[in-house]
Amino acid sequence: MSDPVISIEGLRMSYGATEAVRGIDLDVHRGEIFAFLGPNGAGKTTTVEILEGYRKRSGGEVSVLGEDPERAGRGWRERIGIVLQSGRLDPYLTVRESLDLYAGYFRAPLPTVEVIALIGLEGKADERTSRLSGGQQRRLDVGMALVGDPELLFLDEPTTGFDPSARRQAWEVIAGLRDLGKTVFLTTHYMDEAQRLADRVTIIAAGRVVARGTPQDLGERESAETTIRYRAGGEEVVVQTRTPVETLHEITAAALAGGEPLEGLEVTRPSLEDVYLELTAEAVESPSDGRPGS
Amino acid sequence: MSGLALVGHQFRYDQKAFWRNPASVFFTVMFPVILFLILAVVFSGEDVDVRGGIEATTYYVPAIMSLAIISATMQTLAMTLVIAREDGRLKRGRGTPMPPWVFIAGRIGNSIVVALMMLVLLAAIGALFGADVPWERLPAILLALVVGAASFCCLGIALTAAIPSQDAAAAIVNALLLPLYFLSGVFIPEDQLPDGVIAFADLFPVRHFFDAFFDAYVPAGGSAVSWDNLAIVALWGVAGLLLAIRYFRWTPRSG
Repeated sequence: MSDPVISIEGLRMSYGATEAVRGIDLDVHRGEIFAFLGPNGAGKTTTVEILEGYRKRSGGEVSVLGEDPERAGRGWRERIGIVLQSGRLDPYLTVRESLDLYAGYFRAPLPTVEVIALIGLEGKADERTSRLSGGQQRRLDVGMALVGDPELLFLDEPTTGFDPSARRQAWEVIAGLRDLGKTVFLTTHYMDEAQRLADRVTIIAAGRVVARGTPQDLGERESAETTIRYRAGGEEVVVQTRTPVETLHEITAAALAGGEPLEGLEVTRPSLEDVYLELTAEAVESPSDGRPGS
Repeated sequence: MSGLALVGHQFRYDQKAFWRNPASVFFTVMFPVILFLILAVVFSGEDVDVRGGIEATTYYVPAIMSLAIISATMQTLAMTLVIAREDGRLKRGRGTPMPPWVFIAGRIGNSIVVALMMLVLLAAIGALFGADVPWERLPAILLALVVGAASFCCLGIALTAAIPSQDAAAAIVNALLLPLYFLSGVFIPEDQLPDGVIAFADLFPVRHFFDAFFDAYVPAGGSAVSWDNLAIVALWGVAGLLLAIRYFRWTPRSG
């Protein structure tokens, strides 16, 4: 947990009069999977492309592996791997050839067979990429980012548009990166993806950070209210409370004393999804003009 | 890997992808051969009133070679680079330590090798139809090939900046080149074209390249090296190079 792998202070990015990123601070530590979560148009891709050296920022300080991405050179690129939000593969090359081609760009690549095993495409090594499913193509995309044996990987919405089984397979590959000691910067708009994979989550909306913490912290926010729901005398009763133990005790004591059953009694905590939707909705309701599609 | 070794590495995979792509193989390799066979059969025995009269087959060998060289360079590069750009493959490559020029050099190498191969293939087929290979002019032929291939590579890379999407690529490239082939005397011998047409075609590089290549290949002319035509082709190439350096983009236009 020594020096941060990524450190951002007061990052701003404007496109003409539109401010897509309005002052973001964050640190990513070595070996963690860091999720950068937010709805479409929140500024995620803009931020990640600044970190990858594809875009020049309007303001703020950025350090990735100790260098400013705007000025970093070949040596820096040896140490990072990038999976873009949308990127197709050469349809006329096989899985193995695609990886060999990229391996040749790096000084000390991983053996191709090892990468094929990591992304679970052993049975498809000599298949052309055009014959892979969408999920398999995405895993090969991760493999091409991994073949240079980078310290830091950027994954921009790696499972958007996937069916549940393809997502699960992609998640296994990403979770496996932690075991390799890689640092992963993951952007996503799926709360469950962040919850499942990330050590720490930062939520942004309309270009600003609205919450940060571990997935557990975010689920146990102070403001979160517990909902108690039951039917009494055919009527549905819903009680919102910040002191669920006391409230529940009162309700059940009264029910026992009155000999009245509490039909369909249910006690629910807000899911992470609820917290996320609430947070991002608040940010978007305040005056903003986040760039759509970025 | 050193820069040059990296170019070789990139070239190997570009070659694989080229030969496995049915559109590349058909339009770049098969189409010029088929075109030559049709023209040679249709006009066999006829003379073209150029350089004091030559056989039609002798005329069409350098004509179709010019077309094949432009197709292997300008057309192939413009189309495959736009497709790779819109696929996000150029952007992905820029995220690696590979220097950008290596990628372009690999593609240019691929185009020049294919152009050279087409020259050999068409010369062999032409010889079967009685158009002798002018071996004594080989240096002039290779000079015209290198100047033309390099210039049309630059023009193809520059043209990508004007092509917004994958779907538009074939349409834009063909809309530019097909009329120029007609107007430059590649399909219809120049003695059958009105004077104004050739004068108009002279404004563009296709005609000058064909002229230079014709001089190199057909011994009836004077000097084998048409310096003025080659100079104009090279100027077009330099203009293309400058435009390419200024306007070439690595990221998709859409999205």
